Amino acid sequence: MGDLLSAAISIAFHGLAFAMVLYLISVGLSVTMGLMGFVNLAHGAFAMAGGYALTTLMNHLQLPFALALAAAIAIVVLASFVLERLLYRRLYGGDELDQVLMTMGLIFMTVGAATYFWGPVAQPIHPPDLINGQLHLGSRDFPTYRSFLILCGVVLVTALWLALERTRFGAKVRAAVDNLRMAQSIGIDTSQLFALTFALGSGLAALGGALGADFLPIVPGYALGNLVFFLIVVAVGGLGSIRGPFVAALVVGTADTAFKYVAPELGAFFIYALTMAILLWKPHGLFGRA
Amino acid sequence: MDATDKGAPGVLDDFARRHRLGVVEALPWLVAIAAYFAFPDYLALGAQILATILFALSLDLVLGYAGIVTLGHAAFFGTGAYTAGILAANGWGEPISGLLAAAAAAAAVGFCTGAIVLRTTGLTLLMQTLVVAAMLSELANKASRFTGGADGLQGMDVWPIFGAFRFDLFGRTAYIYCAVVLLICWIVVRSIVHSPFGRSLTGIRENMLRMHAVGAPVQGRKLVAYTISAALAGISGALIAQTAQFVGLGVLGLERSGTVLIMLIIGGVGQLYGAFIGVTLYMIAQDRFSTIDPVYWYFWIGLFMILVVLFARGGVLGLVARARRQLRRLS
Repeated sequence: MGDLLSAAISIAFHGLAFAMVLYLISVGLSVTMGLMGFVNLAHGAFAMAGGYALTTLMNHLQLPFALALAAAIAIVVLASFVLERLLYRRLYGGDELDQVLMTMGLIFMTVGAATYFWGPVAQPIHPPDLINGQLHLGSRDFPTYRSFLILCGVVLVTALWLALERTRFGAKVRAAVDNLRMAQSIGIDTSQLFALTFALGSGLAALGGALGADFLPIVPGYALGNLVFFLIVVAVGGLGSIRGPFVAALVVGTADTAFKYVAPELGAFFIYALTMAILLWKPHGLFGRA
Repeated sequence: MDATDKGAPGVLDDFARRHRLGVVEALPWLVAIAAYFAFPDYLALGAQILATILFALSLDLVLGYAGIVTLGHAAFFGTGAYTAGILAANGWGEPISGLLAAAAAAAAVGFCTGAIVLRTTGLTLLMQTLVVAAMLSELANKASRFTGGADGLQGMDVWPIFGAFRFDLFGRTAYIYCAVVLLICWIVVRSIVHSPFGRSLTGIRENMLRMHAVGAPVQGRKLVAYTISAALAGISGALIAQTAQFVGLGVLGLERSGTVLIMLIIGGVGQLYGAFIGVTLYMIAQDRFSTIDPVYWYFWIGLFMILVVLFARGGVLGLVARARRQLRRLS
């Protein structure tokens, strides 16, 4: 009984930490897909870029963790802003096959570029001592870094929710997701809105990618290898919402951890089966609108 | 009665005209024959290209004609490859029956999964197809007793075709074998898309609501198209397995589904010949890039894809159509 309880706590803890990483990376994808109807398969590349930027700034320029993290996010936000203006915006409202081709092209380019600069080996992340080691809670030990991840996730979820529900910018985003043409007719500058949301989503992905290197190692094949996970979170959660991907990330994160614990030999099979079942039950995702 | 009699010849003429072979349609086959003599050192690559064209052609049937956007077509390719592979590794290396078995297995998987996933559209459909392929890949990985798991399936022994034509080192037999199979499948696909059934698929792609309204059995037609496409993809996978005498887990992977979609888009979707052009271009480019730059070729092929989106919307066939329109305007 005690073993069972301790296993359950352990699954819940690690599942929650993984869910936070998945959420941070996928929420931007969900919002941009809901907002622009754009199938951005290359979203994971921004998460990977965050991871590479963090490790490079820390390991080669010897920047402290917090500063390197902030700089990494800034770099990715800037890069995604440029890419949005140069490439993505040409395809808004266009043929989704062109969007698939372009974003797959971007994925391939990042694979090649990452191999060129960093080689095929996973990049190590060395968190500072403050958030390394073990945290003693009652009679149990928890890895401090993963507790930190959960804390970060909770803070960001709250901040995002407040930003979307309580600010003027958030109201504009919600309006544009609900009805793009109506939002444009009442004078919302949707082009600017797209650019800002895209950059913000990429920044969150960079944060998730950088912090989550523990779960999703920073390797050149990152964007393609983890694409299924990000898409599952978005599709299961429903497009264009903040809450949907959060619940979906919780489901996927804990289920994945639990299945790997209970039946490691079947690996990711159960996650796929679960996704299938949820999408058959609710084709527009848990919180999506028809 | 009279009215339909008068109306029918026009429609029938239209169908007959579509079925008639154009002169240009001989071009791919002339190129294939010429390539056999011109590039004797590249016949193995040529066989791969021919087999992959069949894979892209099968995707074109569902994507270009029925409008089903899928990211999991490798499920059927892989099923076919493993079926032919496991047969050949367990003492039945007869290639033609191997192809038929692969087609049947892939069609069965296509029918069963299609019955479930084709109820949805858009992103949900994309995800469902992707997840089906991912589940099969996991199964193939775990069933390593039959599939060899992550190490791949080894020990395939493919017998000579008709007991006479042995698969040789230079890929001569493989090339001709793939070309003939592709020709037969191409005739099948061509007949399908120009048939009333094929026209109704186009109708479903263009306006599903209206097809429902005129009483067309939309779900049934989509399922039939999906099953046929799965069978063709299975044959393509079997061709690759038999000619390479090896099957790895990659045949079921997302990258396989993604690249075949890319090749088709590069060529042009829904025009029957996009598969020929796109696959040939992509695979030759990949071969060249990976020879020049074995580690970083992904970067160049990615750049090539983005350039296609920016400057050749609609793929190569889109470019050709635009050029022809320009010429007509000039003359």
